[in-house]
Amino acid sequence: MIYSMCRNFADTELAPNAAKWDKEHSYPSSAVSQLGNLGLMGISFSSTYGGADLDYLAYAIAMEEVSRGCASTGVIMSVQNSLYGGPVDKFGTNEQKEKYLTPFAEGKSIGCFGLSEPGNGSDAGAASTTAVKSGSSYILNGTKAWITNAHDASAAIVFATTDKSMKHKGISAFIVDTDTPGFSLGEKEDKLGIRASSTGNLIMEDVEVPAENLLGEEGMGFKIAMMTLDAGRIGIAGQALGIATASIDCAVKYALDRQAFGSPISKLQSIQNK
Amino acid sequence: MRVLVGVKRVVDYAVKVRVAADKKAVDLANVKMSMNPFCEIAVEEAVRLKEAKKATEVIAVSIGPKASAETLRTALAMGADRGIHITTDLRTDQELGSLSVAKILAKVAEEESPDAIILGKQSIDGDFGCTGSMLASLMDVPQCTFAAKIDFDASTVERETDTGTEIVKFPGLPAVFTADLRLNEPRYATLPNIMKAKKKKIDAKSIEDLGVELSEGNEVLEVFEPPPREAGILVEDVDGLVDKLKNEASVI
Repeated sequence: MIYSMCRNFADTELAPNAAKWDKEHSYPSSAVSQLGNLGLMGISFSSTYGGADLDYLAYAIAMEEVSRGCASTGVIMSVQNSLYGGPVDKFGTNEQKEKYLTPFAEGKSIGCFGLSEPGNGSDAGAASTTAVKSGSSYILNGTKAWITNAHDASAAIVFATTDKSMKHKGISAFIVDTDTPGFSLGEKEDKLGIRASSTGNLIMEDVEVPAENLLGEEGMGFKIAMMTLDAGRIGIAGQALGIATASIDCAVKYALDRQAFGSPISKLQSIQNK
Repeated sequence: MRVLVGVKRVVDYAVKVRVAADKKAVDLANVKMSMNPFCEIAVEEAVRLKEAKKATEVIAVSIGPKASAETLRTALAMGADRGIHITTDLRTDQELGSLSVAKILAKVAEEESPDAIILGKQSIDGDFGCTGSMLASLMDVPQCTFAAKIDFDASTVERETDTGTEIVKFPGLPAVFTADLRLNEPRYATLPNIMKAKKKKIDAKSIEDLGVELSEGNEVLEVFEPPPREAGILVEDVDGLVDKLKNEASVI
């Protein structure tokens, strides 16, 4: 039923608009609010916090079908469910979940995941963004790069070094409200694809984050990041599968229609090899 | 008000069907099946009545093989409260005719005593469009077919006709309504509702258990595709057209 619902939704609401959204780099807000209403922005979270109480198989199926309709909508959904929602769901306190999970699971707000930096992508353990304890807050300084949903998010999970001497064990995770003074965004990246989803830098200059926004405990950041990415891979794999399916459908349709040398090109050997 | 809604599992509307090799039926092997589109509209109407607090319970009923239970689950995911599955191995696209279906539904209605029964105006496999009227007749209740709008407060229905719409007044409930295309636009089942649907009850019983005796009046002799459409011809003017229709096609 989840598969049919997502497929029908993607065919009817997403596929007809996907090309236009991508071309115009326009954020698909109507699709995103529909995702929220359908429960697709909080698939694996508890219904206590606005989620759908389902498992990751349901999430993967939903990701595949939604992405088949529109890859940008798919990636927005994936970041929301896995990268932003995952850490809050797994490591958040009840108060943090009420504030930072429920409205997001309902699709009312968008979240993003700030791990990568201009200087480190694969080497996540070398986070140069810092968080210094000051009274009952932490002061964050640094830049995060290539962050999906950057321009549409109201909250971000930011990984910053709290204790440099501990190396990757000295990284902590924070939930940062994007309207906090000192928090700004870099320019929207001009990508080759999934252009309706925003990608950009998160710039933090003396951003004050209350101590109760620390996710988990100090030093847990790296572990949280790795666990989150493990789960996020499943969503993105689902997205890739959906995009691939849509591409093959499109190519086959073209091969059957396109005529050259007197008959559809699907009759030619090198097309058949594919 | 309690509402009974009929839902039928049919070949998905987008499938290009093929005739089976023995030319006795449509080939259903590995074909995608879905809820009849007009039944979806019927369910949607019933669920909206419940949301408007005009109905207290929506019961979905389906007649068919084991897989019809999936169709009932979809109705539950859209918002129906419980399901009744009348099981049969007869082919519901041709072996179980409209009158038989009406008799079965009449028996279910006798047991459930709904105030309103909403069916789709026709199923997209048989396309007979008779079941609603036959059911109303067997139950001796009013029928409002091809409904584009139902007003339970004023007891009126706006019906689709070939020339437009007409408003009819029905004497009261219980009554049978059949849903036409413009009655509403069915919702997507939300994930939370899909989950809730799993816990809702579906009671299954066979046609024999129900105590209904059937005798089919019709037998399907052959199923075949329409002849391939031939190229048309251009005529010079209206006189030429009239001439061809009269002297060649002999239709006027």
